[in-house]
Amino acid sequence: MELTGAEIVCESLLKEGVDVMFGLPGGAVLPLYGALAKYPAIRHVLVRHEQAAVMAADGYARTSGKVGVCSATSGPGATNLVTGIASAMMDSIPIVAITGQVPRAAIGRDAFQETDVTGITLPITKHNYLVMNVEDIAPAIKEAFHIARTGRPGPVLVDIPKDVLLDERTEFVWPDKVHLPGYNPPGEAPQEQIDRAAELINQAERPVILAGHGVLISRAYDELRLLAEKAQIPVITTLLGISSLPTDHYLNIGMPGMHGHAYASWTIDKADLLISLGMRFDDRVTGRVKDFAPNAKVVHVDIDASELNKNVKADAPVLGDLKVVLNQLLPKVETNVHLEWIKHVDTLRAEHPLNELPDSQELPPQYVLTQLARATRGESIVVTGVGQHQMWAAQYCNFQEPNTLITSGGLGSMGFEVPAALGAKMGRPDKTVWSVAGDGGFQMTLCDLATAVENNIDVKFAILNNGVLGMVHQWQELFYEKDYFSTVYSGNPDFVKLAEAYGIAGIRVNKREEVEGAIQQALETPGPVIVDFVVKPDENVYPMIPAGESVNEMLEQPPVETSGEKAV
Amino acid sequence: MSTNSDLHTIVALVEDRPGVLTRIASMFRRRGFNIASLAVGKSEQAGLSRMTFVVEGDEYTVNQVTKQLDKLIDVIRVTDITTQEIVARELALIKVHANTANRGEVIQIVQLFRANIVDVGAQSVVIEITGEEDKINALHDLLEPFGIIEMLRTGLVAMVRGQSDGRTSDSVGLEAYGQSSNGHGGHSSVTEASPNAAKQD
Ligand SMILES: Cc1ncc(C[n+]2csc(CCOP(=O)(O)OP(=O)(O)O)c2C)c(N)n1
Repeated sequence: MELTGAEIVCESLLKEGVDVMFGLPGGAVLPLYGALAKYPAIRHVLVRHEQAAVMAADGYARTSGKVGVCSATSGPGATNLVTGIASAMMDSIPIVAITGQVPRAAIGRDAFQETDVTGITLPITKHNYLVMNVEDIAPAIKEAFHIARTGRPGPVLVDIPKDVLLDERTEFVWPDKVHLPGYNPPGEAPQEQIDRAAELINQAERPVILAGHGVLISRAYDELRLLAEKAQIPVITTLLGISSLPTDHYLNIGMPGMHGHAYASWTIDKADLLISLGMRFDDRVTGRVKDFAPNAKVVHVDIDASELNKNVKADAPVLGDLKVVLNQLLPKVETNVHLEWIKHVDTLRAEHPLNELPDSQELPPQYVLTQLARATRGESIVVTGVGQHQMWAAQYCNFQEPNTLITSGGLGSMGFEVPAALGAKMGRPDKTVWSVAGDGGFQMTLCDLATAVENNIDVKFAILNNGVLGMVHQWQELFYEKDYFSTVYSGNPDFVKLAEAYGIAGIRVNKREEVEGAIQQALETPGPVIVDFVVKPDENVYPMIPAGESVNEMLEQPPVETSGEKAV
Repeated sequence: MSTNSDLHTIVALVEDRPGVLTRIASMFRRRGFNIASLAVGKSEQAGLSRMTFVVEGDEYTVNQVTKQLDKLIDVIRVTDITTQEIVARELALIKVHANTANRGEVIQIVQLFRANIVDVGAQSVVIEITGEEDKINALHDLLEPFGIIEMLRTGLVAMVRGQSDGRTSDSVGLEAYGQSSNGHGGHSSVTEASPNAAKQD
């Protein structure tokens, strides 16, 4: 049977097991939408802004473990995907984005809504395709999914001109193999690399594991726990590594870096070996590299060769799939207790706790997170935006299951909190999903509340409404002489009325006493709910290692001159 | 011309597809790597091209260059052949001022270098020279006093020499790819095992 290009796209998506995609149509991609209407097995979630389509696909991919799919039309539709694609690239999220392009004959002529989308997304995709012939659609889509999900995952964009989507001369032939001679993601690591790593681990007196997103991506959480327990090695999880080991596991000692737990950063400082698993030594983790882990040798396991020796020199680089590598490594690692070291880490924990919450009339934002952590017992999925609330969520929330903190870590893209939460819920409908939002980020993507309403996507939105672009405000307070230029929002909407306008429940919370009840009420209310937590506007995130500095310059407390002062 | 000490010769086998050059150039630009020269052409295999890069940088940079190149899906195999026994050649066309008065002198220099004169005009000649970079530089320097009107250099192309034991030793050849699990595309460097692979900055 002869199919159109658009139908071939749909057939290909079915072959890849796609049952949901997020998108918004336009002229160039309309043939695809015409075909999608005939493929009810693929649920298309219509969004209000294409950024929501790609970020929802991101959230969906992280919680479902499948490839997230989104689509947009040429030109502005495709360029609206860019931020979400860049975020997925930084966080290694498997996404396939399908965009319509102007007809082939119009390409290069600055046609209406023509944009060089493959050119624009070149550095922010793992790979991309401009499909110029209808016969190439199925192979391109098969390759796109293969590349997106294997190795170090990432977004792949497939751009298809309108006339290729309309072309109806071809049969659907699904290739049985991909032909990608330049793409062979590693699996097992070479034995000598394993031996060297095991030797360093067995010799170490003060080892610490840095668990990154790679642990979650390669589903190596069981192996991580086995390794930690076998040799009694404390585990520090990077922002994206959070939930790779349950928060309350006795060996989990929190998050490192700029706003990590002080004791985690001090542990790294004192360690004699870093066992870095699927993490990439982001500058938010290391601070000034020269002063990072000054006493430690480094074992670095990654599936991406270019990460090894990129930011931090490894004494034992190990190239391979983390789950496979840990299984190679586990029998070689000797049972150990590291009694002195564990005791020392416990002392650090006791000496450098998170600060006590301010004793203020106004609601401290951190308090909301502590209550949320209590109410959910670590069983919910928490999706965040970017800023102070994100850091507090990472510091205070409890994560018992893998892939339960969903955040834009690498790109740090505000506005992630709304659409990614929708996708996260669709990927794990059985889970409660909390979107922990900033009032700034929430307003970047709140248009897609309508998508939640239309599709009855049951997300609980907790806005930590401080009326400021909090994290930037904090930098201004600490590093720009308290010149709060352009970080105060004086025209925020009434978020409870906003909820009403969307026909969903809205709850306002001003006081500590109301927090617990509001969380319960939100949980008991079916469907999306907005809880507007009006919080203390001048609260800062501590500890803080200022950018480019080291643990020695860490501010664990507010600097004396500014403490207690009202900023707004 | 910068000194050779921090110039590396890297050879890559790549898919001959639209956009390959853009992907490679974009990666170099975005990561701030400097290409001293780049030459591309067909390889012995239909559908595959071979590229020779001369890259400026310290060991850390070159290590990153090879790995980032290798990460590109269209790049099949990358090797830094700087320290191997290689044959390296570049072709240059040099148009130089030459009239009846001094043409003889120019011809003498050209012969000395086993170069060719490929075009003769009333006021100029075009010289073609093939060789290693130093040879071309030397010719260029000798011709300079006559007045160089135009010069075009292809960039270096390089190949590992055949082994005396008869093996082909083409470490960047097709026969080896797919067998390596080292990196996405079969990056052949073994630096990951060596503790002094890269500098920490
Ligand atoms: C799209 C985008 N624009 C700008 C920034 C810079 N930025 C980082 S945090 C922040 C403030 C975020 O404010 P809000 O969402 O209210 O969260 P808060 O820090 O107050 O918790 C800004 C503007 C960003 N990360 N992303």
